[in-house]
Amino acid sequence: MAEKILAKDKLGGFLEGLTSSYEVFAPQESEGKARWARLEDPSGALWEFSNTHLSPKDFFFPQSECMMRFKNLQDGEEGMVMHSEPGLDNKRLLLNIRPCDAKAFQVLDLIFVQDEMTDDFYWRDKREQTTLVGLGCSDPCPTCFCTSMNCGPHSTTGLDVLLVDLGDKLLVKALTEKGEALAQGLEDASPDDLAAAEAQRKSSEEQIESTVGMDQVLSRDMMELYDAGHWSRVQESCLNCGTCTYCCPTCHCFDIQDETQGEDGRRVRNWDSCMSWLFTMHGTGHNPRGTKLDRVRQRFMHKFKYIPAKRGGEIGCVGCGRCVQLCPVNIDVRRVVNDMNA
Amino acid sequence: MRNTYIPYPVRIKQTRVETEDKMLKSFLLEFLNDSDAEAFAYTPGQFAELSVSGYGEIPIGIASSPTEGNDLLFTVNKVGSVTNKLHTMSEGDIMGVRGPLGNSYPLKDMEGKNVVIVAGGFAVTTLRSTMNWLLHPDHRDKYGDITFIYGARTPGMLLYTEEWTEWQNSGQANVNVTIDREAQGWDGLVGFVPTVTEQVAPKPDNAVALICGPPVMIRFTQPVFDKLGWQPEQIVMSLENRMKCGIGICGRCNVGPEYVCKDGPVFTKAQLDKLPKEY
Amino acid sequence: MEAIAQKIREAAAKLLSEGAVDCVIGYAKGTVPMRDYPYFAYTPEEAQNLTWSPFCTNNLANFLIRRTAGEVGKVAIVAQGCVSRSIVGLIKENQITREQVYILGVPSHGMVDRRKVEARFPLKTITEVLVDGEDLIVKGKGFEERIPQKEVRRSNCYTCVQRNPVIVDEVVAEDGPNDWGGNIDAVAAPWEKLEPLQRWAAFEETVKDCIRCYACRDACPLCYCHVCFVDESQPQWCGKGQDEADVATFHILRAFHCAGRCTDCGACESACPMGIKVRRFTSKIEKDVRQLYDYTPGLDLESTPPLSVYRPNDPQEFIK
Repeated sequence: MAEKILAKDKLGGFLEGLTSSYEVFAPQESEGKARWARLEDPSGALWEFSNTHLSPKDFFFPQSECMMRFKNLQDGEEGMVMHSEPGLDNKRLLLNIRPCDAKAFQVLDLIFVQDEMTDDFYWRDKREQTTLVGLGCSDPCPTCFCTSMNCGPHSTTGLDVLLVDLGDKLLVKALTEKGEALAQGLEDASPDDLAAAEAQRKSSEEQIESTVGMDQVLSRDMMELYDAGHWSRVQESCLNCGTCTYCCPTCHCFDIQDETQGEDGRRVRNWDSCMSWLFTMHGTGHNPRGTKLDRVRQRFMHKFKYIPAKRGGEIGCVGCGRCVQLCPVNIDVRRVVNDMNA
Repeated sequence: MRNTYIPYPVRIKQTRVETEDKMLKSFLLEFLNDSDAEAFAYTPGQFAELSVSGYGEIPIGIASSPTEGNDLLFTVNKVGSVTNKLHTMSEGDIMGVRGPLGNSYPLKDMEGKNVVIVAGGFAVTTLRSTMNWLLHPDHRDKYGDITFIYGARTPGMLLYTEEWTEWQNSGQANVNVTIDREAQGWDGLVGFVPTVTEQVAPKPDNAVALICGPPVMIRFTQPVFDKLGWQPEQIVMSLENRMKCGIGICGRCNVGPEYVCKDGPVFTKAQLDKLPKEY
Repeated sequence: MEAIAQKIREAAAKLLSEGAVDCVIGYAKGTVPMRDYPYFAYTPEEAQNLTWSPFCTNNLANFLIRRTAGEVGKVAIVAQGCVSRSIVGLIKENQITREQVYILGVPSHGMVDRRKVEARFPLKTITEVLVDGEDLIVKGKGFEERIPQKEVRRSNCYTCVQRNPVIVDEVVAEDGPNDWGGNIDAVAAPWEKLEPLQRWAAFEETVKDCIRCYACRDACPLCYCHVCFVDESQPQWCGKGQDEADVATFHILRAFHCAGRCTDCGACESACPMGIKVRRFTSKIEKDVRQLYDYTPGLDLESTPPLSVYRPNDPQEFIK
């Protein structure tokens, strides 16, 4: 489908149309920051912001999610038997998601849905029921490095529609069938519109100052990277908290626990972090990643070496820069990976 | 498509305390639904997540062989909250089984070869499955000599005494069961597993070794195999790691890029030599 | 403050070249605005990376305890008032010995709360923040503003009771006056006016954004339990999910575990990625400790913490 145009003065009506067919979520201002929330009033959607404080992975991988329920009684009939939670009963739309976050979900698809046994019902259901309408970046942050991670400010990977804000109008680029359904009836974009969008893309890419080298990381022997001397300095100030893993759009590790209250029981999954000392602890007390160095190294090796090795070269990072902004001790992933690449 | 996080409901058919310290208990489980039993097609070496509703799940190697019918046998060590609860459960109680998970021993590749099995302590569970499978009349012909070496601390800590006595008497395998130190009433082999292995001296020619045991046993057994001329590709091991999802997603059990629950738990020594020792 | 930074560099280089310490724990300039980060200098050359600024918002005492015995022998540490009080606390609790630590004492000018600065530029990206005397110069795309530091300090710095280090081995800069003026008891006061149910609602409101990352716990030098209560599974005291009761339980219990020990350094609030005001809990408890036992933690090595000692005349009106 050719690119379309939506004039800003028609935006209100367009968004109202969306909210009638989908549950629409968009970044909105909350206490000075952009946060994802249900879009009740179309005028509340933000069009000028860098990125949301936390990633939108919560939409597909909630921080705490009930997976199945059971009746907590050994009564022989239905007791103790697990029943799956149902999938979503409504279609959702994420409006103005940034290309880096959308690409992150594409990377996570490779992990959550692999084959018949490794097929995460909860993830896949939410992905199928959700349409992603992305907003190309015109003003990247100093901490963005998406262009080093096979992504970019106008990347289309993982999106159903890419919007480019051209001031008085939006360029609407439908990328999938779901996207084309939204762009029906819009006017075609002119060559000038296309040129303006392209100019914005170039300008945004040029504004990204951070570069992170990956060529050596990808080609070098895994154990050489693993045994490198710089890890002892990287891990020194790390607190082994979960901040980086929780704000990251591609981090996906989780814990499964049972909770009971009287006769009701449920099995819940919660976000977990490889930073936690408990993460790999065996029941016997043996801990394969028992030192802080092991754990800190694991995070970077997993995202930048193990995932590319296992998933056809796809990197486990999209360069959104949230961990750089939020790490309490300013461990900068850009610096760490450049050290790995040296 | 089936939600592979949901365990199949099973009933505890039989329980048996296996060891004198009562820390190991076997559970024979029967499926509530025949269709589930049919779907659970497994091969020796694989494991399952045993689900105790309200407490959680634990990954346990399948001790039964598919040649023994639909019921599943698991031998469980009492270490944490789930296993403690499981040990208090009785025949007739309902629980869950999720699987079969992981890869299996390379039984197809092993055809036409001599098989050497070395097991220490509790790790013998999936090797019980393997021995029963190998010695089954449908399969025995496909393999050469079968040597089984198994050790525990005391006679009271040996698992599956009925089974390995049968294997010993069948003449279909060279069975060497040992205990660490002399004990009254025991007239079998005495000595640590590595020592007995050295005495048995299995030859590497056209052979595969399955080695399973605690880290200390592996550490002293490996040099024995090296001395006898075994190559890393011929040695097959089964790893354990902390698991949760069991299907290669939650990220907990990884050893480098490999997930013990999905790409393992069975690995050759050649594969492990190239990976970080995070297990 | 640059003068102090230079003195720190010199002192550190001297200690390291003489071999008096194995490592100097201080700060280095961060890669993002308003964030200087904990830095470990092992050589005189590395000591040149040390800095001191209003952006030094961690508590370096935290890094004294997470070193296993034998990892390093003696360390030097840059410490201002609240941090030196934490060091006193760790010594009294036998987590480190006085001999293991060489304290480079600096007076604190108060640290900047980066969130207060960010709040003045909603949705905008700050690219650089410079210190100019008593002011900050905040720069971003299309804006540059001068803000007096005293308007954007961390909340705990306004009510600081001890800005100068309480124990020192080497004085890097002269003590400053202890006249910040804030009434530390007033911080805890809002909770006291509330009825219990209102108070519970206020607790939940305070922690509603918590993502259970435990950065607050991990940044705190007092939280050194080998197995934290939230990690315990037999029995499991606290759920790991997002149930409001579990989230509030974590924060409230942690505050109680810090009772009589917390030096109000603010590292917890600075570390929290969600900007949660966790100090509201500890402030109230420390106020109670002051009132019940007339005790302020960490001011000297001699006094015994009241919650570790039994005295026959301990207050007991709360036993009903």
